Amino acid sequence: MIYQAGNFEVVVIGAGHAGCEAALAAARMGCKTLLCTLSMEHIALMPCNPSIGGPAKAQLVREIDALGGEMAINIDKAQIQMRTINTGKGPAVQALRAQADKQEYYREMLKTLLAQPNLDLLMAEIEDLEIKQGRVSAVITKTGARFQCQAVVITSGTYLKGRIIIGDVIYDGGPGNQFPAQKLSASLLNHGIELGRFKTGTPPRINRRSVDFSKMIEQPGDDRPLRFSFMSPRIKRPQLSCWLTHSTPRTHQIVMDNIDRAPMFTGVIKGRGPRYCPSFEDKVVRFSHKDAHQLFIEPEGRFTDEMYVQGLNTSLPEDVQIEVLKSIPGLEKVRIMRTGYAIEYDYVPPSQLKLSLEIKQIEGLFTAGQINGTSGYEEAAAQGLVAGINAALKVKEKEALILKRNESFIGVLIDDLVNKEIDEPYRLLTSRAEYRLLLRQDNADIRLTPKGREIGLVDDRRWEAFNRKMETLEDTRTLFQLNSFTPAHREAADFLKQKGSAPLKDRISWWDLLKRPEISVSDFEEMNWIEPLDEEIAEQIQIQSKYQGYIAKQQEQVKKFEKLENRKIPEEIDYDEVYGLANEARQRLKAVRPSSMGQASRITGVNPADINVLYIFLEKKRRN
Amino acid sequence: MNQDIIGAISTPPGEGGIAIVRISGEGAIEKINEVFYPKAKGKELIYQKPFTLTLGYIRDEGQGMVDEVLVSLMKSPRSYTGEDMVEINCHGGALAAKRCLERVLSLGIRLAQPGEFTQRAFLNGKIDAVQAEAVIDIIRAKTDRGLKLALKQLEGKNSQYIKSMEDNILEANMLLEASLDFSEDVGDLDYERVRELLQMSRDGIDKMLKAGELGDIYKEGISVAICGKPNVGKSSLLNALLGKERAIVTDVPGTTRDLIEEYVNIRGIPVRIIDTAGIRDTSDLVEKLGINRAKQAIKDADLIILVLDVEAGMTEEDIRIFQELENKERIILLVNKDDLLEKKIKKEDIELHFSGIDVIWASIKEDIGIQSLAEMIERKVMAGLADGEQLEFTVSLRQKELLKEAGQYIQEVLEALELVPLDCLGVDMQNALSSLGQLTGKDLKEESIDRIFREFCIGK
Ligand SMILES: Nc1nc2c(ncn2[C@@H]2O[C@H](COP(=O)(O)OP(=O)(O)OP(=O)(O)O)[C@@H](O)[C@H]2O)c(=O)[nH]1
Ligand SMILES: [Mg+2]
Repeated sequence: MIYQAGNFEVVVIGAGHAGCEAALAAARMGCKTLLCTLSMEHIALMPCNPSIGGPAKAQLVREIDALGGEMAINIDKAQIQMRTINTGKGPAVQALRAQADKQEYYREMLKTLLAQPNLDLLMAEIEDLEIKQGRVSAVITKTGARFQCQAVVITSGTYLKGRIIIGDVIYDGGPGNQFPAQKLSASLLNHGIELGRFKTGTPPRINRRSVDFSKMIEQPGDDRPLRFSFMSPRIKRPQLSCWLTHSTPRTHQIVMDNIDRAPMFTGVIKGRGPRYCPSFEDKVVRFSHKDAHQLFIEPEGRFTDEMYVQGLNTSLPEDVQIEVLKSIPGLEKVRIMRTGYAIEYDYVPPSQLKLSLEIKQIEGLFTAGQINGTSGYEEAAAQGLVAGINAALKVKEKEALILKRNESFIGVLIDDLVNKEIDEPYRLLTSRAEYRLLLRQDNADIRLTPKGREIGLVDDRRWEAFNRKMETLEDTRTLFQLNSFTPAHREAADFLKQKGSAPLKDRISWWDLLKRPEISVSDFEEMNWIEPLDEEIAEQIQIQSKYQGYIAKQQEQVKKFEKLENRKIPEEIDYDEVYGLANEARQRLKAVRPSSMGQASRITGVNPADINVLYIFLEKKRRN
Repeated sequence: MNQDIIGAISTPPGEGGIAIVRISGEGAIEKINEVFYPKAKGKELIYQKPFTLTLGYIRDEGQGMVDEVLVSLMKSPRSYTGEDMVEINCHGGALAAKRCLERVLSLGIRLAQPGEFTQRAFLNGKIDAVQAEAVIDIIRAKTDRGLKLALKQLEGKNSQYIKSMEDNILEANMLLEASLDFSEDVGDLDYERVRELLQMSRDGIDKMLKAGELGDIYKEGISVAICGKPNVGKSSLLNALLGKERAIVTDVPGTTRDLIEEYVNIRGIPVRIIDTAGIRDTSDLVEKLGINRAKQAIKDADLIILVLDVEAGMTEEDIRIFQELENKERIILLVNKDDLLEKKIKKEDIELHFSGIDVIWASIKEDIGIQSLAEMIERKVMAGLADGEQLEFTVSLRQKELLKEAGQYIQEVLEALELVPLDCLGVDMQNALSSLGQLTGKDLKEESIDRIFREFCIGK
């Protein structure tokens, strides 16, 4: 029997990384919010790798932070190792990565959720959505509770009709042996939403005390660990190490001997898996010429002996998994703690979404995270934040927040999801961002804090800190641009000589001097030409001066991009009326329904002649 | 509306008469003014009123002449597009128009897309929707056909070129991006390999561009000027090449007074051959004028045949004429009247004064050396361009622009390699990919991401 259980403005279904961000954002923006989870013990669960960040993902985490999201703050609290990778490859691809204590990550997020005004947490499985006149009006739980609401965000991860596969053992389940969400898929289909099926996998976990680390290479954290959040205190906690080992020819032999029992090859698995995260058996078959694959052994927390075997995700039968592990240097006496598995799940092909993450044909219904065909905690959190914000804005009847490709990785992520045909779980890469040099992890706050403030997610404390930083930055930049050295300056001449830097021919500003590869801001500090700078300020000054040329080049490109981006296409456009469109273009435009000429030009199958035709059509409309 | 400046040839290629290069956009007049030299002083375009015609030259980068032109101006809003417009009427026909357009594009003016002038005219309220749509129909049909044609051209015989060029740049980009997004899986960047790949793709682009020029040459031809002091046999050579008595031949020095132009097909290449007045110091006014014309024609020619006379010997006049010639690689030295027994020119003299220049010993009278000369002309044309295998290759101007663009970006990556961080290299690399992608109609960015997963075992 269905009973009236309450009235909320926003309901979020699923309390994973997307759901937590969505619920917090909506509640912080003043909406009465309900967050439903299948299990109170598995909030912000990290069912796969115990790490957050890395190339493209670190940028996302920093952007989430700048907008007032939670992921960065939470991982800073729960980290057990921080490392900056890609150092020396340039500021745009340098990326911070954290190893997380999974338990702590959960506990800290739970604390934050519980302390959040306007937010209710409920353990319940949502089985149905109620849609009235094309707008979502309520959700109904398995136990018959009906919650009335104005907006719903579905962040169901891989739980929708989840199916676990380990060799020939197959059963319905969510990640980490959770209950799957069995009924919601049918409800979505009923409401005309198309579903697809993806697959992903995870490696076995092993007992720390059964590992011989002497046969592995240690990978310690950084000496001076950085933090993700612009607001977190500096990190002081001792850093735990990861360990590097590798598979052997014998490992590969074991896999090949048992390949007839691998679900990947027996045809049991039908969903499409990600190529950037192939199963180990897939690697062995596809790269048969390689006789070793790297494997990283990573701690899952401070108070557990579980360790994650990065690079060994597999759905081989359990007995084969154990044999495989034992053939790896350092794991000869390994004891397994959790078996690796593959999981298949339903997803919503994201071309059905608007750039706000709202489902096109159902007002007030948003989806975010793995349900949209993405992979990764960071991608999920970023979407969750945007969906939560837009659900709240919907309730307040305000215009949606749409982040652009030239201002954020979040924008790239969502724009790709909507415009590209997603045929494998989507992972963000730095190479997907055409304006990568502008979208760095170091300037995420500069790019997005004002936006976060406008939305109402940036509190006074963060806003004041941000303004102080911007002021100092401006002052410091002026300092470097106004001061200069002449060839006659003895101290400068000696300094340059000692640095092996060319002597001055003309007066040169400090700013331009910084452009020399061998000169850095710290030199100015050491020479006592300036007061010691805050690390973040020094970093900004250094990047902005050294990369000025290339940054300007990208800004030029952005200008061109924005011209098209700012030409809006009215929502009610009827593409059948547009005279002169090529057929393929017409079909694709009808499916995607782009909001701007820029977006239209990025859709596969739409070429420049079609764009010109569209221009003329819109202009004609405007005049009538 | 803040639109960039666009340009295109507006007379359909192949139709005779004057070809027009059309330019439209705010600042168009000022831009063209940079390369336009008026015949009359003070007639710079920026001082001209709208709807006037101005005679002058379009100059190349090195102050040389591209073509003699008649330029008309229109000012916004009273023009076809409603923007500032310049129309360059080229006297030299289609080839000259093409060169003019290329010069114009080198100023940063963008090649107009099909229908873009009309689009602007419509957007600026100069024509109505019905007219605009009629034009769209034509453009649509044309571009669709054009696209097919262009693709056909790119396929077939020349496909291996494009394919390998594309392959190389894709692999280079893949290596770079993999080392950025998956450094722990793939390790550090193999700079040497990337350099090699980029160089190969740039060479491929150069080759295609040259092959394109070669295609042009077979269509449009080249010009060859015959020069030398009087009475060495220049007119005789013209007649020999033409196979008819076109020019007057006498043993009186100074017979030819004006330029004589004729068209002849030399080994498949259309050649405009120009006989000139013998160059010497003279007080005869008519001869003087002829000599001036000769000098201009020689300057403009693609190839020059410098004729010597064994009977007259090598004189200071010969050497002075030689020294005044620019671009010495254009020269073929023809030592004439080798049938005569008394030879005042020795091989050593030639080597001493004309070292490095191609020489043919000939007797026009006895028909010796004419065949070699024809071969030499062909060889010289090829040498400046590409190997002779892909003769049927032509590239459209659009393709040429894209190839050039891609080539430039690749060059910039090559120059910056190992000097700037990898993410900066990515900026020009992506630009190169996008230019080449527009050429072949593929999304190369997506393809190179695909390739990462195909080539590397990614899994961290
Ligand atoms: N013996 C001999 N005489 C030649 C040969 N070629 C040309 N002549 C003669 O050289 C004389 C000059 O020939 P032209 O062809 O008029 O010479 P040109 O260079 O055009 O002379 P100008 O027009 O006066 O500059 C004529 O009498 C020709 O018959 C040759 O190969 N051998
Ligand atoms: Mg003559």
